[in-house]
Amino acid sequence: MSVDRAIVAKIAALARIRMDEAAFERMVPELNQILEWVEQLAEVDVTGIEPMSAVIPQPLRLRDDVIDADPLTGGGVRDAVLANAPAAEHGFFGVPKVIE
Amino acid sequence: MSDLTQLGVRAIRDGVAGGEFSAREVAEACNAAVAEAGALNAFIVTTPERALEAADRADSARSAGETLGPLAGVPIGMKDLFATRGVQTTAASHILEGFVPQYESTVSQRLWDAGAGMLGKLNLDQFAMGSSNETSYFGNVSSPWRRAGSNAALAPGGSSGGSSAAIAARLCPAATGTDTGGSIRQPAAITGICGIKPTYGRCSRWGIVAFASSLDQAGAMARSVEDCAIMLEAMAGFDPKDSTSIDMPVPGWTKALDASLAGKRVGIPREYRMDGTDAAIVASWDQGIAWLKDAGAEIVDISLPHTNYALPAYYIIAPAEASSNLARYDGVRYGLRDLPAGANLQDMYAATRAAGFGEEVKRRVLIGTYVLSAGYYDAYYTQAMKVRTLVARDFIDAWARCDVILAPSTPNAAFALGEKLADPLAMYLNDVFSVPASLAGLPAMSVPAGLDEAGLPLGLQLIGQPFDEQGVLDAALAIEQRAGFTAKPERWW
Amino acid sequence: MMSTYRIHGATGEWEVVIGLEVHAQVTSNAKLFSGAATAFGAEPNAQVSLVDAAMPGMLPVLNRECIRQAVRTGMAIEAQINRWSRFDRKNYFYADLPQGYQISQLYHPLVGEGSLAIEADEKAGIAEDKLIGIERIHVEQDAGKLMHDQHPTMSYVDLNRSGVALMEIVSRPDMASPAEAGAYLRKLRAILRYVGSCDGNMEEGSMRADVNVSVRKAGEPLGTRTETKNVNSVRFVMQAIEHEARRQVEVLEDGGRIVQETRLFDPGSGTTRSMRSKEDAHDYRYFPDPDLLPLELDQAFLDECRASLPELPDAKRRRYESELGLSSYNAAVLTAEVETARWFEALLLASATAQGKPPAELAKQAANWLISELFGALNKAGHALEDSPVTPERGAELLALVGKGTISGSIAKQVLETMLETGDAPAAIVEREGLVQESDTGAIEAAVDEVLAANPEKLAEYRGGKDKLFGFFVGQVMRAMSGKANPQVINEVLKRRLG
Ligand SMILES: [Mg+2]
Ligand SMILES: [Zn+2]
Repeated sequence: MSVDRAIVAKIAALARIRMDEAAFERMVPELNQILEWVEQLAEVDVTGIEPMSAVIPQPLRLRDDVIDADPLTGGGVRDAVLANAPAAEHGFFGVPKVIE
Repeated sequence: MSDLTQLGVRAIRDGVAGGEFSAREVAEACNAAVAEAGALNAFIVTTPERALEAADRADSARSAGETLGPLAGVPIGMKDLFATRGVQTTAASHILEGFVPQYESTVSQRLWDAGAGMLGKLNLDQFAMGSSNETSYFGNVSSPWRRAGSNAALAPGGSSGGSSAAIAARLCPAATGTDTGGSIRQPAAITGICGIKPTYGRCSRWGIVAFASSLDQAGAMARSVEDCAIMLEAMAGFDPKDSTSIDMPVPGWTKALDASLAGKRVGIPREYRMDGTDAAIVASWDQGIAWLKDAGAEIVDISLPHTNYALPAYYIIAPAEASSNLARYDGVRYGLRDLPAGANLQDMYAATRAAGFGEEVKRRVLIGTYVLSAGYYDAYYTQAMKVRTLVARDFIDAWARCDVILAPSTPNAAFALGEKLADPLAMYLNDVFSVPASLAGLPAMSVPAGLDEAGLPLGLQLIGQPFDEQGVLDAALAIEQRAGFTAKPERWW
Repeated sequence: MMSTYRIHGATGEWEVVIGLEVHAQVTSNAKLFSGAATAFGAEPNAQVSLVDAAMPGMLPVLNRECIRQAVRTGMAIEAQINRWSRFDRKNYFYADLPQGYQISQLYHPLVGEGSLAIEADEKAGIAEDKLIGIERIHVEQDAGKLMHDQHPTMSYVDLNRSGVALMEIVSRPDMASPAEAGAYLRKLRAILRYVGSCDGNMEEGSMRADVNVSVRKAGEPLGTRTETKNVNSVRFVMQAIEHEARRQVEVLEDGGRIVQETRLFDPGSGTTRSMRSKEDAHDYRYFPDPDLLPLELDQAFLDECRASLPELPDAKRRRYESELGLSSYNAAVLTAEVETARWFEALLLASATAQGKPPAELAKQAANWLISELFGALNKAGHALEDSPVTPERGAELLALVGKGTISGSIAKQVLETMLETGDAPAAIVEREGLVQESDTGAIEAAVDEVLAANPEKLAEYRGGKDKLFGFFVGQVMRAMSGKANPQVINEVLKRRLG
């Protein structure tokens, strides 16, 4: 499967990366080169093989339902949450107005 | 007094503890070395005051007769992928330029708790994507090494290239690295230092900027096997904040180090004898086999039949995960925001990400987006994850025949900056020997084995069974002792 | 039997096919993957952890309670519980979604196939009991909230809800009328509240439905459906279906085509409209979340979930009928909401203790009083059962006073009103206001004689065969004794005198 400009434009839109003409000119052949190379995977017979679901064979650990048990993963840290915001007002993050 | 910057982790720690020199003297020497090494561009920010603070703490603890931590008085470099509270953390990207975390990564916190001090944040390939350190927004790192008779700038490897360069240039005795597909082992190999990536899950990923979650693993880089063991012991350990963290005690690797390999079987994977590998690499591999035999090991021929498919599988899985992991960089809550006049929210995302991500990052995000998108998911992602199962199975089968695997770390010695930049695929192929162990989550290490004809370092790779970092360290130690690698780059910076 | 609900179009009658995806907030203290609180109504971004804000390097760790509640919910609808499930990422960009993906379950949901029964309701046009299939329940993160009207050029983002645990309960397209959808939602809400896995508070957004609607002529294959998002009351869901079905019929009869799209319900006008902002071709690029491992549930966990399940509404209703001898109407009313059932059972238990009788003997009295007396009185006073000033214990005291003959039923009504106003104990009110029932036969005989003497014509009519006048005489005697006479004694005396 090879990608053309239209497909790359669609992917770039999905990935929210603005691209100009020069970027398309560079990127389309590069992506095709990489995709052509990874497609050798289709040669591998994977009949009856499950996709890997966990790198380490252990089930998921579950956490107790306790609020703010660890300050690093708890709430009540609004200042820390907003500290790096490009636009923060009245305790909110600000973004360009969204019309729904 | 001897030049303190030449000392390793163990020597500094013991020297400070024994009163041979103060931690402050070490920190000052390293700070000075860092300050003079601007030409290497190994650091994105330097934090000399942090190194001094930690040193002073170690010195006063010592004079108060308190027990010193295992890294007390040791100044280290921190790869700029680890969030450090109050110190800019960028992942070498423009999109995170100016980002000052309000939190500390688990691994860096453990190092500070062990007494280490921070010299600064080390440069890397942007979002850890690269093998040459040329994708950094803050400029490439130069390797301190040069080919004999040449002034051409060489790549320090990547993505932990700031780490490898700084250690090889004696700016710091040790540093953190992260390894997703070889980002500790490859830079360690081509700069003549040691680097270990533990079993996936040994080191917490909490607070490390994510590249590919199922592969990312922090590890240690230093100039000796023992120093790596000391570092890794401090870094590793269970963290309830990371669901993939292993709830297992960290063994005393350093204490148990043992270079005698009697009774051990070392596997030599025949598929790693690939076309296009440098003759010098093949020769050093053969030398390594002889050394391990000499250390008492039994050498066995093994097969890892899916080796050739590991790299293409990796270049589907890692970009797929990255495309999703990097979606959070959107200009809303932190980092760069590019808001062209009249832009709506979605325009802002697209502009911010276009301006904030480098070319390689965009390339991988696009590849990842494509392989996960409707209609392609099974052909690419599912197929790659099945191949990953097969790669992991190859290793499981191999462990029936051997205890540890010896292989080259890289297919070539250090290459020139710019040499592979134009061809992404050529760059990707640099990880051909390191990626299989990453896909399988196995502990693996690179240890210096010698120099090639141009006087550039070559590394050998040891791959171990899950949780058997000890086996990896022991075999690496056996090579270290026999290789007697003392070469260091001649200072030009 | 098929529903009889039809849209009458110009070209004939159309059937409606409805499926609901209900998002129910899981009752938990902390969020699904972080330790931040979930309480409603906090200051903006006050309940947001570094994890919820998707700071670089942050990782999810799963809250056991959320899984437990979803499993219990699955058990309550007799669904298949998948002991192996996993979380996937649903990738899309929006300001209320900090990670750029929602952690959800697509490929391996926690709960599989189940069902829920709705009851026949002739008034609503539901001819008979019907089983609605439930395809799955999966667990996922809620998004944050955007505020559009606080700044002229900016929207504000509040991430307090970001990361709160939701169950998405996906029905089969088994409903055929707004009434069936309404009944399904009410029943589902009741079950969630019985189980305690969701408070069902639709006003606060704890429960909201995505409404999938299509129309077709009888016997034809399924039509193209639209999905109306986030409708937050039972009434609105019914309105949205009604409107959407009519709109689709109009479009089709005008020769148009239904576009599979996301729509928005406007409660003001009761209509739906296309949601342009989400029209962007959906390609969510689902894949297993590599920050999480597969979720595996052991038998002990499942056993605890099962053991902690309360008696559910259908079973309770059947038991009220068979063991307590309640009418099916009363049993249905008392079990429709968990609060009512709890209140009734507390009342019954306290009554049994107070009167020293087995509950089965007192159940009818208690049920009738609760449904016809207390509900009405609370309603008049503007109270809900949950905040009733009269506790079940006080209610039982009142019923005991009636049961022992201390006061009459009509006096009990009066006492109840005072109880609601003052919160006083019924015995104290009866004592204070001198309401104790007169059971003294002599006094009642005297009153009966007076009444008979004062109404000679009526007495003659009665004797002439107009039996119905017996009640008249009872009423007159009761009035003569200011309502305090024991009605049973009046009956006996009257019977003797008239006999
Ligand atoms: Mg939906
Ligand atoms: Zn949902």
